[in-house]
Amino acid sequence: MSETLEPRTFRVTRADLVRYAGASGDFNPIHWSERTATAVGLPGVIAHGMFTMALVGRAVTGWAGAPDAVVEFGVRFARPVPVPDTDEGTEVVVSAAVKETTADGHTRLALTATCNGEKVLSMAQAVIRKR
Amino acid sequence: MPLDQSFAGRSWPATPPYQVGREKIREFARAIGATEAEFHDPEAARALGYADVVAPPTFPVVITMAASRQIIDDPALGLDYSRVVHGDQKFAYTRPVVAGDELVCVNSVDDITTRGGHDFLTTRTEVTTVAGEPVVTVWSKLVQRGEEAS
Repeated sequence: MSETLEPRTFRVTRADLVRYAGASGDFNPIHWSERTATAVGLPGVIAHGMFTMALVGRAVTGWAGAPDAVVEFGVRFARPVPVPDTDEGTEVVVSAAVKETTADGHTRLALTATCNGEKVLSMAQAVIRKR
Repeated sequence: MPLDQSFAGRSWPATPPYQVGREKIREFARAIGATEAEFHDPEAARALGYADVVAPPTFPVVITMAASRQIIDDPALGLDYSRVVHGDQKFAYTRPVVAGDELVCVNSVDDITTRGGHDFLTTRTEVTTVAGEPVVTVWSKLVQRGEEAS
């Protein structure tokens, strides 16, 4: 039960945040305005928590094999993901370990997402349907 | 100003139907870099057993975030959105959202607590088809940072 899944690395740039703002309808300026972000005490522009979760969701969907194999998916946003205004932006690394088989016969994954070596999510889990 | 505790346990009337468009799913999938054919190509999605292009797992938040304004924009709640950060997010799926769905949201406030000067608001949104078939349940915890601590 200590199986781990192949980690996935996602690059995140300011352009990604602007695109996600438009697609999701979340136009909170802390995700695109340095001035607003620093005024509220953040180190700079940060990624939408839901953008980070969406990247983790891509990894989960990949591991599960299909979108309809994801039964449950939950995270706690523990730390912001600062995204510098550079071509490289930053990287989010997502990994998972198989935790248990649930009472329904599904597989529970413990998820980890890191940025600059620090965990940005806690209590992140997904339940996927065996196929 | 603490949040109005009387909101805990309340539910709101169903929101007007949200029409899930194929182009909206494609736009969302592109924005998160999801290039798999089932998110973009109806034929590929149908071949995999979906009625139309299928939405990535966090797509429902596009619908529920807008729907939850019903709660968080109510001045009686006392939420100062400029001090709000996203705490937790959880989805429990009956099935994925697909293009062509007409979805309604029923919002509830599950919990309001105060700890360490911060206020915590947990909302639950039951997302169903207009016919009442369950699709996904979405929980969201918002944290209003204390004015001293922020």
